[in-house]
Amino acid sequence: MRKWKTKVAAVLTGLWLTAPELLWAAGKKASELVVVADTRVIESGVLKYFANLYNTNILLFAVWAVVLTAVYGAFLGWLMDQIMERTGLDLHSRDIVEH
Amino acid sequence: MEFLTADWLYMYMPIAGVNIFWPGLVLIGFSVGVIGGFFGMGGAWMVTPGLNILGFPMAFAIGTDIAHIAGKSMVSTMRHSKFGNVDYKLGFVMLAGTMVGIECGAQVIMYLERLGVVGSVVRWVYVGFLALICWMVFYDYYKAVSKTKKGEAAGERGVEGITWYRTLHKIKIPPMVHFKTAGFVCSAWLPIIVSYVTGVLAGFLGIGGGLLRMPALVYLIGAPTHIAVGTDLFEVMISGLYGAFTYTLKGRIELVAVFVMLTGAAIGAQIGTVATKYSKGYGIRIAFGIAVACCMVSIILKEFNFEILAAVLILGTITAICIYIMKIMFQGAAKELREKKARAGA
Repeated sequence: MRKWKTKVAAVLTGLWLTAPELLWAAGKKASELVVVADTRVIESGVLKYFANLYNTNILLFAVWAVVLTAVYGAFLGWLMDQIMERTGLDLHSRDIVEH
Repeated sequence: MEFLTADWLYMYMPIAGVNIFWPGLVLIGFSVGVIGGFFGMGGAWMVTPGLNILGFPMAFAIGTDIAHIAGKSMVSTMRHSKFGNVDYKLGFVMLAGTMVGIECGAQVIMYLERLGVVGSVVRWVYVGFLALICWMVFYDYYKAVSKTKKGEAAGERGVEGITWYRTLHKIKIPPMVHFKTAGFVCSAWLPIIVSYVTGVLAGFLGIGGGLLRMPALVYLIGAPTHIAVGTDLFEVMISGLYGAFTYTLKGRIELVAVFVMLTGAAIGAQIGTVATKYSKGYGIRIAFGIAVACCMVSIILKEFNFEILAAVLILGTITAICIYIMKIMFQGAAKELREKKARAGA
């Protein structure tokens, strides 16, 4: 019984690891639309920097987008936490009641 | 109405090159924050039509939406984590299945795109799954109510309708894992396979997957509703950041809009998340079922070219559910503060 279970686990691991590779054979990437930011109309320095980066180095722009989203999300989470703590509500415990 | 055309109410989006009514972005962020925090999902199905109505080019709507959802889910996960609603072990195990699944689903879409049948197939598969989720939610509730009326003995989670997870927990393929926060032991393959399947569907349908994963966590994996909500938000956060990265590489993101929406979402997420404290598990499930039903009807309306009616239905549903959740949160909070005051006075 134990051997049978180990075999099933091994087959499942193999399938899970190769699944994307098998499906990659499905086809080529779809054609992509190229969008260019018009930096001539942007006055702000920061916005101009990011618009230029978008046009010239999309990889660095993508890294910035993810990092800034995560940092801003974490900052807002912390800020809202500080505000909510002052409401006097118990925000550290709750009962799980299904009905 | 002249007030709405004032210059200061419009913000220039440097990448998309359009002026957008920024209070509208804050309002969308707020609403999705409330609903997402309460149901444990990203809410892409609500944001995309909203962004379109505000005049956002479709090419940017999805990428902007995913990045905003990642940030918003981070705020909600932080709050749910403090309540003890996030099973991180379960979240990480499921992440493995979700990531591989999303990639597989995206490959299937590319194949269908080459065949030229992608739009219609995706919409009808989506409708099929939404109908299945609706049926599960309402059938579960009906069964639980029937059992209560018959006076059947309640388990440790009270009287439950659908208990498929109990059968699935009997599969003992190693490794067996104890998910302490969720409170059960099962084969690690159960959450991996369930998240893989929901991931394939999410990648195929072009959605975050919270809509499918939340009920899967409850009915197939066996997580209590509150833990399912918190853990799913953790999943949405990670897969959202990954999605934001890939969509940005394709040039489909407007970072300024993401930040404006996030500001509204941070406030909304607190309301939605804290409201789960004052709501019973089945209350969350039923409201979720109604939201899914409205989403399904709006897609059917779109398929038959009733675009305006579909947008009205989605916006109406968002407003009604938001008001319902805010009512739960403010009534619950007021009651808790009254009781606290009474205890201090006694």
